[in-house]
Amino acid sequence: MELKMIFNFMSGRRSRNRHRRRGTLSDLRVGESAVLSGMQLSAPIAEHLMNLGFIPGLVVKVLRSGPGGDPRVYRVDGTEVAMRRDLSRHIQVEVAGSPAFGD
Amino acid sequence: MSCHEVARPRDAASGSSFRTIAVVGPPNSGKTTLFNRLTRLRQKVGNFPGVTVEHHTGHMRDGNGGEVALIDLPGVYSLSPKSEDEKVAVDVLTGNMPGTPRPDAILLVLNSANLHSHLVLAARVIALGIPTLVLLNMADELRKQGGQVDVLPLARQLGTPVALVSATTGEGMVAVHNFLASAAASPEPVELPVMGSTRGYREWAVRVGANARYRRPAAPVWTARLDAIFLHRVWGPVIFALVVISVFQTIFALGQPLSSLLQRYLDTTGAQLGRHLPAGMFQSLLVNGVWKGTGSVLVFLPQILLLFLVIGILEDSGYLSRAAVIADRTMSRVGLNGKSFIPLLSAYACAVPAIMATRTIESKRDRIATILVAPFMTCSARLPVYTMVIAAFIPDHRLFGVFLGSRAAAMLGLYVLGFLMAVITARLLKSTILKSKDAPFILEMPPYRWPTPSSLGLRLVDRGKAFLYRAGTVIMLISLLLWAATNFPMHHGQPPQVKDSVVAKVGHAIEPAIRPLGFDWKIGVGLLTSIAAREVIIATLGTLHGVDPESHASDLQAALHHELTPAGAAALLIFFAFAMQCMSTLAVVRRETNGWKWPALQFGYMTVVAWVAAFAAYNTVSHFVH
Repeated sequence: MELKMIFNFMSGRRSRNRHRRRGTLSDLRVGESAVLSGMQLSAPIAEHLMNLGFIPGLVVKVLRSGPGGDPRVYRVDGTEVAMRRDLSRHIQVEVAGSPAFGD
Repeated sequence: MSCHEVARPRDAASGSSFRTIAVVGPPNSGKTTLFNRLTRLRQKVGNFPGVTVEHHTGHMRDGNGGEVALIDLPGVYSLSPKSEDEKVAVDVLTGNMPGTPRPDAILLVLNSANLHSHLVLAARVIALGIPTLVLLNMADELRKQGGQVDVLPLARQLGTPVALVSATTGEGMVAVHNFLASAAASPEPVELPVMGSTRGYREWAVRVGANARYRRPAAPVWTARLDAIFLHRVWGPVIFALVVISVFQTIFALGQPLSSLLQRYLDTTGAQLGRHLPAGMFQSLLVNGVWKGTGSVLVFLPQILLLFLVIGILEDSGYLSRAAVIADRTMSRVGLNGKSFIPLLSAYACAVPAIMATRTIESKRDRIATILVAPFMTCSARLPVYTMVIAAFIPDHRLFGVFLGSRAAAMLGLYVLGFLMAVITARLLKSTILKSKDAPFILEMPPYRWPTPSSLGLRLVDRGKAFLYRAGTVIMLISLLLWAATNFPMHHGQPPQVKDSVVAKVGHAIEPAIRPLGFDWKIGVGLLTSIAAREVIIATLGTLHGVDPESHASDLQAALHHELTPAGAAALLIFFAFAMQCMSTLAVVRRETNGWKWPALQFGYMTVVAWVAAFAAYNTVSHFVH
């Protein structure tokens, strides 16, 4: 697993809210929102996702799911993006936190 | 906020006007629509050397009446050369692309609905120091959805002119002409995030947006409403199936008759042309070489244009991305993604338009894999061959009562075989040479829009031209080669009997290789001539036996029994199911992958698979039937 780089940008902002629930994007149900906190993906994929708006600190919402629950469509930063669970499993989110920045 | 206003950080320095302009922007920014609006039909398509990335160059007049060349670069989110697309963009923008001059200026197209994430690209492009005009596209949608932005403060912060435009309505286009006429200076040195993470850029973008009083437009209501239906648990797949059936019907029930009509017309005119010329080699070259060759290129046009019309509507409306989401779960089982579904389905009509349709697949590896497996789908050119051989060798029995005749079962079996081989090959490719570890399925879902006739029309012209010029030349060349092989050596100035021609000699030469499949040299000749198009084998066998396959089909079927044992017939069917007997497909694969590497690999692989499978079929059937 030396290929995997850990992207974690939440340093310093972590202890603001004690009641937040941590998990991955694939744990969220359709209609739920959460704040992105990091991703464990190889650098090119992580960068691609960040270019699309998956930047730690922003709110992501599960809009809908394809037949059979996979892939699912997410909205982040005004963009709608579909991805499979094999990817969303590697994106960490925190529920009930307020967005770190953004609009 | 005036929509025609172009905010400039300072007066433009006078100087020589621009010659080469690069159009840069992220995917879904409306970059191609803008490029089309500026250049119209004055554009051509090409490939950069050594990469599969296609690009368009076009011409337009600047405000002074001079002519400028526009290069439409592939859509990119950033300039870190990680993907092939981004590498191409960086190479062109830095003047490192062989054969392409370094652009004098950049038109940077951003989607005004996505200002924050698109400003990240702007920072990177502006940092190149090339004069840049930032075009905030889709201004009409921005306003309609309650968004807004002030261009003046934005221009001040970016150090470049900024204009709000709409490539669809033409709003604000005057800004582009003014920019080109004035030869604006390099970007002002302003504080841009030169280094740092994407998040650093992003925080900067939010700040810049806030200073320009940017308000993001609301998500379009209609998109949410339509998605609730098109991605519905039950209705989604139902609508998907209806769409898929109509795509299939369009090509099969409309494209094919049009193609045959065109074919018949070309044959008649060819025959008429022949009557006006003195008989001889020249007449034969013109009618059977050049005219037939032209015909074999042109017959694909109706299907290509129809398929691209349908795909154009699906893509421009935004439904194609939804269809990909619906089909993805099924396609992922064979290692492909949802975007491969429609190209593979169209391959049942013809692999040529299907392979051209793979350009909607963003992932390069998935696109190549789809191209490589598409010809296994049972295309319509195989049907006449299947029909003839099945009718000649398989007695008409009823299986399972009235439901399925033995002949229909054999035909169905061949369809299933082709499909299975496509699945096996896809899995094989995706677990070996085309493993896509670093390119997972990530798909941006654009909002629904009405497709515009001009954009659909330009796409048809573009694809038609690309096929005629780039693939057509190869098809023509092979047609002429085949003509020469069947018409030489001349005998007293007359073309030889097929059995004395070069192609027959080659047929004899390959006989040892096809003998284990139960084929003799005549079938060998048929295999060679069928490279022009699969169904040609019927005409060739007809000629070799002196039987007109059109009027005396049963005579040809009887004649085939001299050639083939039932085992040989089974081998022939299997061979046709798997072999790459189609120069047009090869030509189009070469054109789409920009090189001979993939078509050569594909031809080799399919021939080996076909030979091995036919060999197995021959020996199995020989064992049971005597």
